[in-house]
Amino acid sequence: MKIKLKVWRQKNAQDKGGFKTYDLDDVSEDMSFLEMFDVLNEDLVKKNEDPVHFDHDCREGICGMCSLYINGRPHGPKQTTTCQLHMRSFKDGDTITVEPWRAKAFPVVKDLVVNRTSFDKIIQSGGYVSVNTGGVPDANEIPIPKKIADEAFDSATCIGCGACVAACKNASAMLFVSAKVSQLAMLPQGQVERKTRAENMVATMDEEGFGACTNTGACSAECPKGISLENIARLNREFLSAKASSDNV
Amino acid sequence: MKLDSKIPEGPLAEKWSKHKFNVKLVNPANKRKYDIIVVGTGLAGASAAASFGELGYNVKAFCFQDSPRRAHSIAAQGGINAAKNYQNDGDSVFRLFYDTVKGGDYRSREGNVHRLAEVSVNIIDQCVAQGVPFAREYGGLLANRSFGGAQVSRTFYARGQTGQQLLLGAYSALSRQVANGKVKLHAREEMLDLVMVDGNARGIVTRNLITGKIESHSAHAVVLATGGYGNVFYLSTNAMGSNVTAAWRAHKKGAFMANPCFTQIHPTCIPVSGDHQSKLTLMSESLRNDGRVWVPKTKEDAEKIRKGQLKPTDLSEDQRDYYLERKYPSFGNLVPRDVASRNAKEACDDGRGVNSTGLAVYLDFADAIKRDGEDLISAKYGNLFDMYQQITGENPYKTPMKIYPAVHYTMGGLWVDYNLMTTIPGCYAIGEANFSDHGANRLGASALMQGLADGYFVLPYTIGNYLASVPYDKIPTDHEAFKKAEADVKERIDKLLSINGSKTVDEFHKDLGHIMWEYCGMSRNEAGLKKAKAEIKKLKEDYWSNVKVIGSNEELNMSLEKANRVADFIELGELMIDDALNRSESCGGHFREESQTEEGEAKRKDDEFSYVAAWEYNGEGKEETLNKEDLVFENVKLTQRSYK
Amino acid sequence: MALTGLFLITFLIVHLSGNLQLLADDGGKSFNIYAKFMTTNPFIKTTSYLLYTTFIVHIIWAIMLSVKNRSSRPVGYAVNPGNVSSSWSSRNMGILGTVILIFLVIHMKNFWYEMHWGGIPTATYEGEVYNDLYSVVDFAFGNILYVLLYTVSMLALMFHLYHGFKSAFQTLGLNHPKYTPMIKTVGYAIAIIIPALFACIPIIMYLK
Repeated sequence: MKIKLKVWRQKNAQDKGGFKTYDLDDVSEDMSFLEMFDVLNEDLVKKNEDPVHFDHDCREGICGMCSLYINGRPHGPKQTTTCQLHMRSFKDGDTITVEPWRAKAFPVVKDLVVNRTSFDKIIQSGGYVSVNTGGVPDANEIPIPKKIADEAFDSATCIGCGACVAACKNASAMLFVSAKVSQLAMLPQGQVERKTRAENMVATMDEEGFGACTNTGACSAECPKGISLENIARLNREFLSAKASSDNV
Repeated sequence: MKLDSKIPEGPLAEKWSKHKFNVKLVNPANKRKYDIIVVGTGLAGASAAASFGELGYNVKAFCFQDSPRRAHSIAAQGGINAAKNYQNDGDSVFRLFYDTVKGGDYRSREGNVHRLAEVSVNIIDQCVAQGVPFAREYGGLLANRSFGGAQVSRTFYARGQTGQQLLLGAYSALSRQVANGKVKLHAREEMLDLVMVDGNARGIVTRNLITGKIESHSAHAVVLATGGYGNVFYLSTNAMGSNVTAAWRAHKKGAFMANPCFTQIHPTCIPVSGDHQSKLTLMSESLRNDGRVWVPKTKEDAEKIRKGQLKPTDLSEDQRDYYLERKYPSFGNLVPRDVASRNAKEACDDGRGVNSTGLAVYLDFADAIKRDGEDLISAKYGNLFDMYQQITGENPYKTPMKIYPAVHYTMGGLWVDYNLMTTIPGCYAIGEANFSDHGANRLGASALMQGLADGYFVLPYTIGNYLASVPYDKIPTDHEAFKKAEADVKERIDKLLSINGSKTVDEFHKDLGHIMWEYCGMSRNEAGLKKAKAEIKKLKEDYWSNVKVIGSNEELNMSLEKANRVADFIELGELMIDDALNRSESCGGHFREESQTEEGEAKRKDDEFSYVAAWEYNGEGKEETLNKEDLVFENVKLTQRSYK
Repeated sequence: MALTGLFLITFLIVHLSGNLQLLADDGGKSFNIYAKFMTTNPFIKTTSYLLYTTFIVHIIWAIMLSVKNRSSRPVGYAVNPGNVSSSWSSRNMGILGTVILIFLVIHMKNFWYEMHWGGIPTATYEGEVYNDLYSVVDFAFGNILYVLLYTVSMLALMFHLYHGFKSAFQTLGLNHPKYTPMIKTVGYAIAIIIPALFACIPIIMYLK
């Protein structure tokens, strides 16, 4: 099939950047979206042109490294990661516009590559249970109802790709933060630091320049792992109760 | 050189506790005087870095990805073994030890494997305490399943995403140490050389992948947790970025490479669809519990299927060859990974492969669906079927799945002693990067166990033994050894950028992959290996005179990153061939056609090859020296495998 | 936004129940009595100050939120997704709110200001003098432009409530598999019924 690609090219963080159009004549529908870019890049290198840079690693939909805002949607038209999107989801002759994630907290590094370090910073501010290696109780010491464990698992499946931020008109990271806060708020192991965790992670999220949630629901609708909006409600609950009762003024 | 594995004396079950008592300790107040570099942030690297930080060491952690959470441990699906015996089905530390040694076809160390089995129980406790949401029973206790043909249910899991959950647990522990200031994180920074001072590892040289800046980092010890080298085959289930560079540079500085030819090939991957293919996707081998493997009985039918003139569902039962059930009546479709893989290759080599490429066999669920109903099959494998459909566009409920083997894991790696130290003092290798506890073949759900065992519960003890004897003084990064290493790295980069040939890095990588897969893949023979060796030599020469790398060093440059990695893969490929040539026995994942039983099954030669082959680098263009570490078995009885 | 928004919804309900008396066929008597009650009763007067504050907080908060959220994405996308992943109203709460605010200003000028400080005719029922707000309203609703403005604004309110009601519960963390569907249904009902009833008053009065 034939595809016209309109791709955002930007040499580095300082460069202004702009769209460039490429025509691909021989795209197989079995290709993944990223493999189509591989083919384009091989071609560009042969022509002594700089290949299109994009983030990717596992290419099986779990590492969360791939991004790309495809035709107005993070990870493209299917609710999956870009690496798991295949060209059969497009039609012969389609024009596809590919942009980087756009957010103040995700500055563009080059072409379609953005810096998502702010997600790491949010986790560093509280996305853990403070236990050292060793000296922990037996794994079966605290029974956890299956339903709770399953729900915690659902929240924990977040891959940290940032599609929620990219999809949100406010570039809010609420879904990401809420998934981690929810996971640990539901499990008995997370109770000790429950309040400080919610407060600190929300504070870091704000410091990093993410927007505020206005409950449009785009994040969850575009999340490749289907993290639900219930997590956001839970985060709100956790945050409000933490704020109401904490010593921090 | 005489290899000293430093396995403690005494009865097997007491070795580790005794050793823990005997290792030297670093005074808590002095730990802050020591710096440790950890390269790689997968299960092994993240858990080690976090544990060092908790102990009080200063840690620098490096990963080439944008965040430690991307490391490829995240893709492990099945689960993690531990000898908890929660199911009361007769499991024990000794049984896990025994199964692992046997599964590895008796090419691993008893002492190491027993320790692995011992600490396996602590891993589960640790992960649960971190908030890892393992699967649970209705009573609230942890659930287990039997995995990879094990006789007991000892595998803990978190749906099909166990690796993800464990990695996120280790990543959270690491993040906590970053917040505490004990770990300094260097993401998007790739190690390009190991720096030695007075014969000890004292630092690394890295390239900042965004700015291209070549930087030196000094420390008292260097830990390599850089994963496996399966991407030497170009197509594998590894992540696109997985590479051997850090380990290979350490090898060139004196760390021996052990059993490099031991690779595991997984039978149930989604087949290659065309030349554009960039990686292979694994599907859990649990599929073989209900799926039946077959190919057409005749080449003619296979040919028609490949051309699309026939559909698999058109073939009647007696036109199909359920070759695993036919050849292995007692194990049938559940034969071990290597046997299933090899038989798939044989069927395809015989001209009976399907898919347009001829490189696939069927995995058919029609009988299972007829027997149990679509609902039950969907409940068991729904997510895998969906994944398959997403990638191939075919509906496995209606037409049989197509599968083909793919490189999945490398048992070989840097040689380490009982303390996990390589042959370079102060340089450690953990996780898949070392030659590990898996011998010639790894059991399912054991990779996660080993990575976390090394990082959480072994290295934090054993590294102190070394550090306690190292002076506190830090070596400044303007030391001549660092300057020299930086200059070498820059020279190599300049060289790669200056060649400006006509063939892209990917084209070279694909060529290398073809050679390795063809001659050093599922089955190997002397003639083929010799041929491969000559071809790789040619490829290497061609690479350094004809590779095309675009752009400059001072920017984010994918093609330069790859060029660096592929150059090392080519050299590693050569060594793998040497190792495979040398080991003229069949064992585990390594099948030498010259060494088979009358029935065509793998035949080990314990008298000749009961050793670890540790290869020593002798300089550019020179043959490597083989050093042997003899394996002594005092607690297990060596038997030949049989699945008939 | 959530608390103030929900409070404002309760105001809407009270306000609507009052306004519906405009449709009583008594020449505005009941409406004028109601209007007097609303401006003189001490409890209502106190509440009205709370109401003004709530309006102001709701508006200021909305402005702050919009500014922050706009600055969170300095460079926008070339292609926008439309309604694929979120509803139009949820993305345009600011614009809808602004329309409602403009309406509010005109509305306050026309009625609230007139009632309090304007020269307003009076009516006498049972010997007591009342401000004849009804005739002011009746006059205003005779103007087709005003009726149109009113109707359009109610349409904006409809979309504003459509997202606002359920969103308020989400913000307050009140999300439950059992109750959330109910909350949503109630929200949609409120979003349709309140503005529709409001809007039918000027339309009916204009047609009369």
